[in-house]
Amino acid sequence: MYKNKKKKHVSYSKWGYIFMLPFFLVYSFFSLGPLLSTFYYSVFENYMSGLNTIGPNFVGFENYVKLFTEGDLLKYTQNTLIMWALGFIPQILVSLLLAAWFTNSRLKLRGSGFFKTVIYMPNLIMASAFSMLIFTLFSNNGPVNMLLQQAGITTESIHFLSSTAGSRGLIALMNFLMWFGNTTILLMAGMMGIDPSLFEAAEVDGATPFQVFQRITMPLLRPILAYVAVTSLIGGLQMFDVPQILTNGKGGPDRTTMTLIMYLNNHLYSKNYGMAGALSVILFIITGALSLVVFYFISKQRKN
Amino acid sequence: MKKKANGGTSLHLRRAGCYVVLVLLSVVCLFPFLMLLVNSTRHHVDIQRAFTLIPGTALLRNIRNVLDNETILIVRGLLNSLIVATCSTVLSVYFSAMTAYAIHIYEFKLRKAAFVFILLIMTIPTQVSALGFVKLITALHMKDTFIPLIIPAIAAPACVFFMKQYMESSLPREIVEASRIDGSGEFHTFNCIIAPILKPAFAVQMIFGFTASWNNYFSPSLVLTKAENKTLPLWIAYLRSADFTKFDMGQLYTMIAFSIFPVVIVYLLLSKFIVQGVALGSVKG
Repeated sequence: MYKNKKKKHVSYSKWGYIFMLPFFLVYSFFSLGPLLSTFYYSVFENYMSGLNTIGPNFVGFENYVKLFTEGDLLKYTQNTLIMWALGFIPQILVSLLLAAWFTNSRLKLRGSGFFKTVIYMPNLIMASAFSMLIFTLFSNNGPVNMLLQQAGITTESIHFLSSTAGSRGLIALMNFLMWFGNTTILLMAGMMGIDPSLFEAAEVDGATPFQVFQRITMPLLRPILAYVAVTSLIGGLQMFDVPQILTNGKGGPDRTTMTLIMYLNNHLYSKNYGMAGALSVILFIITGALSLVVFYFISKQRKN
Repeated sequence: MKKKANGGTSLHLRRAGCYVVLVLLSVVCLFPFLMLLVNSTRHHVDIQRAFTLIPGTALLRNIRNVLDNETILIVRGLLNSLIVATCSTVLSVYFSAMTAYAIHIYEFKLRKAAFVFILLIMTIPTQVSALGFVKLITALHMKDTFIPLIIPAIAAPACVFFMKQYMESSLPREIVEASRIDGSGEFHTFNCIIAPILKPAFAVQMIFGFTASWNNYFSPSLVLTKAENKTLPLWIAYLRSADFTKFDMGQLYTMIAFSIFPVVIVYLLLSKFIVQGVALGSVKG
């Protein structure tokens, strides 16, 4: 009897492997394999010089050295982080405010379903098409400039995309619009998880809404805020569609909106595989480290 | 009594303030799309002349121009996007549920390790392996086919995580035991008994998967080069790189509308599920 039971158990465990097999086969073939070969290519010199292919020749870490000394890696990292922060800071502030309002039982806001639907919508819009739309609306003789002139606010058209502040501002604005609804919903879920008796107790003690927010909501929300910040940073490092389309891949003006993935994309297109490989490995190390942080948050929550 | 009245008015004031901010944010969110909608109905000359929010009468004309355009194959792009997005979504949702089910139901040695691995790779962007990916599909002569855009969807770690979260909240293991006693095979149990229970999770992930694939620009730009294979985001990039001043603006807005509004319509129909689903795949504090 016992033996029979044990046998049955073993035969079921086989099904676990069978059900997981497609995922791991496809992942190994299309992601893990290419990741490892990317590591491999990063130590070879391999690029196009005119119509001739140079290499592949083994060069060790030369591509990495080149990346840090000759390229504009630092500049593009800076661009990426600045544009991410310009979008993220207003995003987290607005989302905190909205989430606090939506979950406040005393405020009883009407139409919160409608507002949530509206603010989440930009997240599902095709980023490239959204960027193209913003480019068209803000072009030198586009509707926004016409509106400003018709309203008498300006007399000459503003060249938004010729200035660093204008281009970065528009990219940050799009990132903000695309992500603040998502963040609001995540923070709401976090706030609804807070024990309501804490709020009631604070109210009995005569705390103002701001005090409640500062002393109860914020401290209890810290883990989810950190999670939102880290996942947003991972997303920010992948910033590509919006600046690529807005600036037609040039990262203008004067490459001040060129992001890391745009840089990678340029290397892939010019077939400079050695440099593309080295850049990919650096990006992998950074996002991998950040992924460990996310993993820490998730496994901590799952334990509770 | 007095104190209560004071609290009441301040609450009213606060509420009014909230509405003002919410309405302002909604206007900022909707304004670009409203402009898009209005300008797709206007004639090129009118668009160039003045700003207005009053719709024009050229919508049908603009649509006909888009359909008749022989260089920019937007309808073909729409079809290609539809094929890629539909296939990859179905594969991704089905196999992610299967993977999550394996981890959720079965006891086996590598179970924990497999789940930890999936959580670890969940937030690593696909772009970091793009170089190897391009080399691989070039070697396999898969360039300008849809296979490299569809098959990799089988391994979608974030979708697996979502499914696992959902199963933990609403899939009791006893169901599987019961169906085994009734003589149901393991695949039959998954397809005919478990899958119906997972319908709400399928719905949410189908929407997310579909929009993610529909909106994807990076991978198709590495794979597809021929005009007849291009998906919508690639045509958008083409529009941006073409000489902007020679464009019929009415047609341009209509083309952008073609790529944005299908998703908006689906979203508005299903927004309730989507907004509920967002929080399920993440940390809640």
